[in-house]
Amino acid sequence: MSEQTPEQNLPATGDEAVSRSVFETRKGMWTAGSSDTSGYNGLVRHLSMPGQTEPPFGQPFDAIHSRAIELIPSLADARFLFDRGELTIYVPRDQLLEVAKVFRDDAHLRFEVCVSVNGVHYPEESGSELHSVAHLLSYTHNRRVRLEVTCPEDDPHIPSLAAIYPMVDWHERETWDMFGIVFDGHPSLTRILMPDDWQGHPQRKDYPLGGVDVEYKGAKVPAPDNRRSYF
Amino acid sequence: MGIEDKLPSGILLTTLEGVFGWLRQASFWPATMGLACCAIEMMAFGTPRYDSGRWGQEVFRASPRQADLMIVSGRVSQKMAPVIRQVYDQMPNPKWVLSMGACASSGGMFNNYAIVQGCDHFLPVDMYVPGCPPRPDMLIEAMFKLRKMVQNRPIGPNEAAAIEEAEQAALAAPAKIEMKGLMR
Repeated sequence: MSEQTPEQNLPATGDEAVSRSVFETRKGMWTAGSSDTSGYNGLVRHLSMPGQTEPPFGQPFDAIHSRAIELIPSLADARFLFDRGELTIYVPRDQLLEVAKVFRDDAHLRFEVCVSVNGVHYPEESGSELHSVAHLLSYTHNRRVRLEVTCPEDDPHIPSLAAIYPMVDWHERETWDMFGIVFDGHPSLTRILMPDDWQGHPQRKDYPLGGVDVEYKGAKVPAPDNRRSYF
Repeated sequence: MGIEDKLPSGILLTTLEGVFGWLRQASFWPATMGLACCAIEMMAFGTPRYDSGRWGQEVFRASPRQADLMIVSGRVSQKMAPVIRQVYDQMPNPKWVLSMGACASSGGMFNNYAIVQGCDHFLPVDMYVPGCPPRPDMLIEAMFKLRKMVQNRPIGPNEAAAIEEAEQAALAAPAKIEMKGLMR
């Protein structure tokens, strides 16, 4: 995947797409099950993460990669994704605290701040539906890296980085509010954007938009997610 | 209590209404309820170029106890709505509400789980200003209309009668969704 041969530039057949870990299959937006208003209802899109997963990635990402594996040998099995000049490390959740501490303290890595923690929800990736993405920034080396941790929806627990990077306190509260990821060890994991007694986690893909039909004099405009239909 | 008990009737009441109305419309004390982008235009409304000070509306009171006009400017989220209602309840009578911008009037472009679709879901609104955001000129126009409304506001027994009349009219009026054929 790191070298671009003509064979690899062809559209993916079924097998290739699966091997590149498809995280979502899209079948079209406007017509029920079909994105095609011409009547040829065959368009299916398999979405997978772009970019390469094998080193070399180019400096300085190779330095991060090799130093991380040197200090934490179990990271050699973890997935590294390099795309568009950004390195993402898929850290298993039981190793997250160790990895974060090493990334903060080691002189060659020295990622002093965690800029933000966000959530993503991939409903089709059963077993690892919820992702928590932490962006680390190093002032001394002027570089960034991304740590991505996954957890299943029925066990949405991820260790909290608040003890290592205090800045993620409210970011983790927001991720809990919007996605339902429980951060174990967080000092006060409560809702931050929605009212305190809100039910549900709004930014999950299966949460409805919650729009209201708009009524004018004699006319009714449906809510935005109910509008188009080609029937 | 106070002046409400000693009201005259007839011609004198009408004169007193005129005086009260003129005094109230000449000096509004807005309470700050600047929530989002409309608040920037509300601030611009107080700057020298658009100058709300011309009509005595320059000083925005931070305390609702000292305010009589609430300009709800900006989108109202589900979390903020009870707060706004509490601030409104703390304002003494007579008080008015001006709903500034599309989001405060009807939810604006945000038709979703987080935004209340119009502050009239929990507040009695006297004046709506459309716009996203409304220019300060539009806010001035709304203020002029509001001032005319305030000038003509009845007091004492006339006010009670007017409230009763408005309620009867609202009960007899057709539902808005039934008023078809108007959008041409």
